[in-house]
Amino acid sequence: MTDLVLILFLMTLLYMAIANRMRSFVKILALQGVLLFLVALMQLKEYTGIGLAWILTETIVFKSIAVPCVLFRTIRRNKITREAEPSLPQFVSLLIATLIIAGSVLMAGTVDDAHLGKTFFVAALSAIFFGLYFIATLRKLLSHVMGYMVIENGVTVLALAVGNEMPLLINLGVMLDIFASVLILGIFINKIGDVFRDADIGELTELRD
Amino acid sequence: MEITAYIVAASLCALGAFALRRRGAAAVITSLFLLCQVGLALWAGFNKGATSPSYFTVDALGLILLLCITVVAVPAAVHSGILLEEEQVKPSSRAVYASALIMLVAALSLGYLSNHVALTWVFTEVTTLSAAMLIYHHRNKRALEGTWKYVFVCAISVSFVFIGILFMSLSLMHAGSLDLGYASLLAHAGEMDPFWMKLGFIFIVVGYTAKLGLFPMFTAGIDAKDTAPAPVGALLSSVLVNLGFVGVYRVYAVVRATPLAFWSRTMLVALAFISLFVATAYMIRVRNFKRMLAYSGIEHMSLVTLGVAAGGIGCYAAILHLVMHTFVKSGLFLHFSQLFRVFGTRMLDEMGGYFDVSPFGALVLLLGFVGITAVPPSGLFVSEFMIFRAMFGAGQYALLALAVLLLTVLIWAFARSVFKIVFIPLEGRAAPVGTAKPSPWESVTQLALFCLATAIGFFPPASLVELVREAAACIG
Repeated sequence: MTDLVLILFLMTLLYMAIANRMRSFVKILALQGVLLFLVALMQLKEYTGIGLAWILTETIVFKSIAVPCVLFRTIRRNKITREAEPSLPQFVSLLIATLIIAGSVLMAGTVDDAHLGKTFFVAALSAIFFGLYFIATLRKLLSHVMGYMVIENGVTVLALAVGNEMPLLINLGVMLDIFASVLILGIFINKIGDVFRDADIGELTELRD
Repeated sequence: MEITAYIVAASLCALGAFALRRRGAAAVITSLFLLCQVGLALWAGFNKGATSPSYFTVDALGLILLLCITVVAVPAAVHSGILLEEEQVKPSSRAVYASALIMLVAALSLGYLSNHVALTWVFTEVTTLSAAMLIYHHRNKRALEGTWKYVFVCAISVSFVFIGILFMSLSLMHAGSLDLGYASLLAHAGEMDPFWMKLGFIFIVVGYTAKLGLFPMFTAGIDAKDTAPAPVGALLSSVLVNLGFVGVYRVYAVVRATPLAFWSRTMLVALAFISLFVATAYMIRVRNFKRMLAYSGIEHMSLVTLGVAAGGIGCYAAILHLVMHTFVKSGLFLHFSQLFRVFGTRMLDEMGGYFDVSPFGALVLLLGFVGITAVPPSGLFVSEFMIFRAMFGAGQYALLALAVLLLTVLIWAFARSVFKIVFIPLEGRAAPVGTAKPSPWESVTQLALFCLATAIGFFPPASLVELVREAAACIG
């Protein structure tokens, strides 16, 4: 059952590779939050009470409600154009996403570990590398933020995989997620959005050699 | 107990500086905090090996770097005060600045002393936040760009380190342990799973390069040091880099105790060499004084990494190099405050004839140049020479030749810029356009830092030698 949800998670990455609207990305991020919530619910069997409630709240309230709301508001308020303006055609993008997933599967083939399910490994690694690819190829600063959120989701998958044994790490993971997201979104919303309207990397060129 | 007291005091100072926005409050609170900092350093000096509360241990490396940050924090705070006075900053910005400065210094000090992988990582995160507040000090478009790039790259790098820690924990589970303290990792190194350890090491090292200033994440630091006020640049380029070193070094010590030793060493050497190439390539074309200093930082961290990878005497030299680099580089950044006031720019093309304007300042700048390029009588010469000797001893002849070649180019590029600033008068302009002529007294702090580095290089006190030897011993 967990595997099924993780495979759905992988499919959201593929969809993200071909989507071409900023709003679709936000919806995918919200969906990923829900999927992570389901994974946490099924995976963290050793957890009870407050610990579990805290992680579930983080995935559902923070990842799939709060962050998407803020992103939607930013898109609206800064009148960011709808097109994602990828620098590669969708087909190539889909191909690369597939290659990333295939690479992770191949790598997982060499792993035989009772502590970490292969699906977790594939989902986490794919999300991390897809996030990096996403940041590298899209021009808009807001899509960089979204790429970072995808990386964070990958990290959460990985943290959930070892969460039963290492509760400390999962709490730290949640902390990282909230801290970094608030910092990045905070700077973006309060400053970047006002100074660089419809910001893309073409505007951040003052600091160079 | 004592460290808990320090944490409480530092938090109170940071909060107090932030809340009390009255004139003069920031200076008083920062001074109070510096007293706490000196107190912590003294306590640590007399209680080496102490563990206070269970997550902090005063080991040799932590103690050395704690002493370094205590030495550098004082002039950095003094010059921050001069800078804020000069810029006529509003009390609210002053409050944010002081608060962030206190937070940065405290987080770095605690990060050095952490004896748990995850705790070092947490303090690294805190430094990102406090550094971001300081980088954004000037609140213009340029500062915003620098802050954004810094925060974004650091956020990714901090996630990378966390991923690495997760893999390390998986590796550790195979040894039947769940304790991610460095001591426990070292004790279980032999039984840990090599596959996860490899992955963990890659992610942790790549993540920490954002702070350490090596390829691939070095870009964040360059922009940050360029946009941050000079006294902040002094901290970012020296003591913050040291935290990145601590993060890598302590994990490397664990990996080195396993059959992955050769592999991990090769990886460090590769990263160091790519970084050295990058630094040289940028040094030749850089036109901005602060960025030039930042690229020189990459060069020095490459050398330090090469020393650590060579092992033996190289590791000893690397730590010594780190200490002296901390003093010289922060001194140069602090000197930029004066330079900026004379010329009103950070671009090398618009600086010149410094000797005519301020002979003492020019002399200090020249001394700093001699210090940072490791030309004798610089203290760095001693450590650099030892690093090369270690590389020679390890049979890395080709690498050594290449490194020396790149260093020669680096020294040439650095010398070209500094000699131009000091000796060649500006064409077409009678006098520099800066706002004020800084008092020679301001350069005294830098002179003291340079002299300290030289003294450590040539006449190291026996206690320091012992400490560095002990810190290097875990690599051996």
